[in-house]
Amino acid sequence: HEPILDPSLHQHLDRKINFVAGVIHPWRVSAFERLLWRACRGYLVASFVEMPEPMEDPATGETITWVIFLISYWGEQIGQKIRKISDCFHCQVYPYPESEASREETMNGLHSQIQDLSLVLEETEQYLAQVLDKVAVALPTWRVQVQKMKAIYLVLNQCSFDVTQKCLIAEVWCPVRDLTQVQDALRQGSYKSGSSVECFVQRIPTSESPPTLIRTNKFTAGFQSIVDAYGVASYQEVNPAPYAIITFPFIFAIMFGDVGHGLLMFLFALWMVVYENSPSLRQASNEIWQTFFEGRYLILLMGAFSIYTGFIYNECFSKATVIFPSAWSVATMANHSSWSSAYLATHPTLTLDPNVTGVFRGPYPFGIDPIWSLATNHLNFLNSFKMKMSVVLGIVHMGFGVLLGVFNHVHFQQRHRLVLEFLPEMVFLLALFGYLVFLIFYKWITFSAADSLVAPSILIHFIDMFLFTSNAGNLPLYRGQVAVQTVLVVLALASVPVLLLGTPLYLCCRRRQVATEEQEPLLEGQEAGNSVNTTKEDVESGGHSPDAEHLDFAEIFMHQAIHTIEYCLGCVSNTASYLRLWALSLAHAQLSEVLWTMVMRNGFVGLSYVGGVVLVPVFAAFAVLTVAILLVMEGLSAFLHALRLHWVEFQNKFYVGAGYKLCPFAFAVDTGE
Amino acid sequence: MAYGGLTVPIIVMSVFWGLVGGVLPWLVPKGPNRGVINTMLVTCAVCCYLFWLIAILAQLNPLFGPQLSNETIWYLKYDWP
Repeated sequence: HEPILDPSLHQHLDRKINFVAGVIHPWRVSAFERLLWRACRGYLVASFVEMPEPMEDPATGETITWVIFLISYWGEQIGQKIRKISDCFHCQVYPYPESEASREETMNGLHSQIQDLSLVLEETEQYLAQVLDKVAVALPTWRVQVQKMKAIYLVLNQCSFDVTQKCLIAEVWCPVRDLTQVQDALRQGSYKSGSSVECFVQRIPTSESPPTLIRTNKFTAGFQSIVDAYGVASYQEVNPAPYAIITFPFIFAIMFGDVGHGLLMFLFALWMVVYENSPSLRQASNEIWQTFFEGRYLILLMGAFSIYTGFIYNECFSKATVIFPSAWSVATMANHSSWSSAYLATHPTLTLDPNVTGVFRGPYPFGIDPIWSLATNHLNFLNSFKMKMSVVLGIVHMGFGVLLGVFNHVHFQQRHRLVLEFLPEMVFLLALFGYLVFLIFYKWITFSAADSLVAPSILIHFIDMFLFTSNAGNLPLYRGQVAVQTVLVVLALASVPVLLLGTPLYLCCRRRQVATEEQEPLLEGQEAGNSVNTTKEDVESGGHSPDAEHLDFAEIFMHQAIHTIEYCLGCVSNTASYLRLWALSLAHAQLSEVLWTMVMRNGFVGLSYVGGVVLVPVFAAFAVLTVAILLVMEGLSAFLHALRLHWVEFQNKFYVGAGYKLCPFAFAVDTGE
Repeated sequence: MAYGGLTVPIIVMSVFWGLVGGVLPWLVPKGPNRGVINTMLVTCAVCCYLFWLIAILAQLNPLFGPQLSNETIWYLKYDWP
């Protein structure tokens, strides 16, 4: 077999063969080999063997099938070159012992080391598993404890330290009615925690305005929330919610009036109310469902009132019901005007004349006469009826709003406002718009079909009243009408300056009186606060100087001017705004009529068995469209408009709504967990 | 049913809503909700009565009559009294 060494180099035979052993990344093997050959020119023998199984790279963590190499070389410089090259290639170099025996020894040592290490790892993993099992059992308790501790610390952070730095002080708002309960609870808490010092509560005066707390139960909560959505009541002002419990569904029902739709809505809400305690209803994750569920009592009342107004409008899925016999007699008219079959054949439409005796026998006792749903001119009658109804109800609603302001004036000891604000406001509203209501009722009662050709127009009379003109073609409604109207307009105009200047002048006079005696705070019953958290500057800014008085008068006057303009112009525009009651009820009636004539009626065309089968999909389409368009869309629309009427037209007559809600003390659930 | 004009319906409705708004509030048992229930009863009575009153007064003296198609007239001549 060939000599391994080149014979020309036999003078170097006394040099030892050295080894370099290491591990290299498999991708770098060929480059490494080439570089070694180029650099060392064959003065080495390199062998590469792949590892039997992949191992993890300690630097990057990926498992790679490393390649083990063993380089045998001779010569000191070549050794250095090789080491430098393996350094560049990031190889892990291991010491390679010279003799066979020491190599064996090293191997054995490494093997035993591996065994030991794997034993240790096993034991460690077993122990880890045991510890984790124990922790898994205790983890939920720990979680709750940590949450509780965090919540307690959050609350404690809101307290401040006493001067002695030994106890914490928390400033809270507490309803006077619950003060004894709070004291009891503090006593119990101190007792249970076994502390030597008791916690106690003490009332301190303050100049801050308190939050508003309105206690509700599950029924009233929905109505209170729709009032609060616009503005939380200022401290101790009158709360419109108890009245809204009825007026809001009622105004909704005026726009929605239909017995069938109202019944469906009522039954849906009834189902929600009866099953309100079932967990599947309460904890649904769908937000839209939650909104409907929270408002279940609202929808219940809305449905109930819609049934009532549906009976009055005489509409059940757009069809009229004949509970009482109709007041209009077609037979009498036909006999009187001799409407024979031949005559009828040539005239497509004919009108009943109420002037003929026996044709109109009296008003329908409950609601709108059913004959109007069969008439082609039913909109003429209904529009007039609904417009007047909207105006009357609107003026009554607004008058009620002004009346509620009386509660505020009396409660806040501002009786001067009763004479200087409430009275002119009422006079203005009633002299102009109360008179309009009177005209409407008067015309309904006194004018009949006998003078239908010369019946006066209320609208033109009303416009003439404002402009002090007269229209020759428009007959007066009663004797002395012009005189009465002039008086009313003068009264209304006279009340405007009273409203504008009354309160500011009164306050100014009173302030001048008082300023000579002592400095009295403007807001009664509140002193400078001595709470720990206020600074000296806050306390002193409550007082005022003579300069501030002048500014105050300007501010009060401007505020009152804005209020006057808003009220007077608002009376006119808000009355017109109530006409949306007419508009929406008309839209609802028309939509349901269209749905009936264009969808459902087509199902009754065929009278055979086939017709019965065809009726099923037609009814399905009718039902789906009724629920989607008439219940959901119209319902939401009427809801929105009723809400707007309450928030704007009703509430701006008396409501301030500048308060903030009381956030009762509770351990807040951390949303991060 | 003979048409009594305005008197019978107005007496019936006035008595009914008068009971609801004027008598029932006295019969509500004492409790925390008495005030709210009374407010609801009175408001309901006023609203519903007013609404019904407007409907009946608007039809008391109609200025014009319904315009019917000839088919409707044919049918109603014999069907309605």
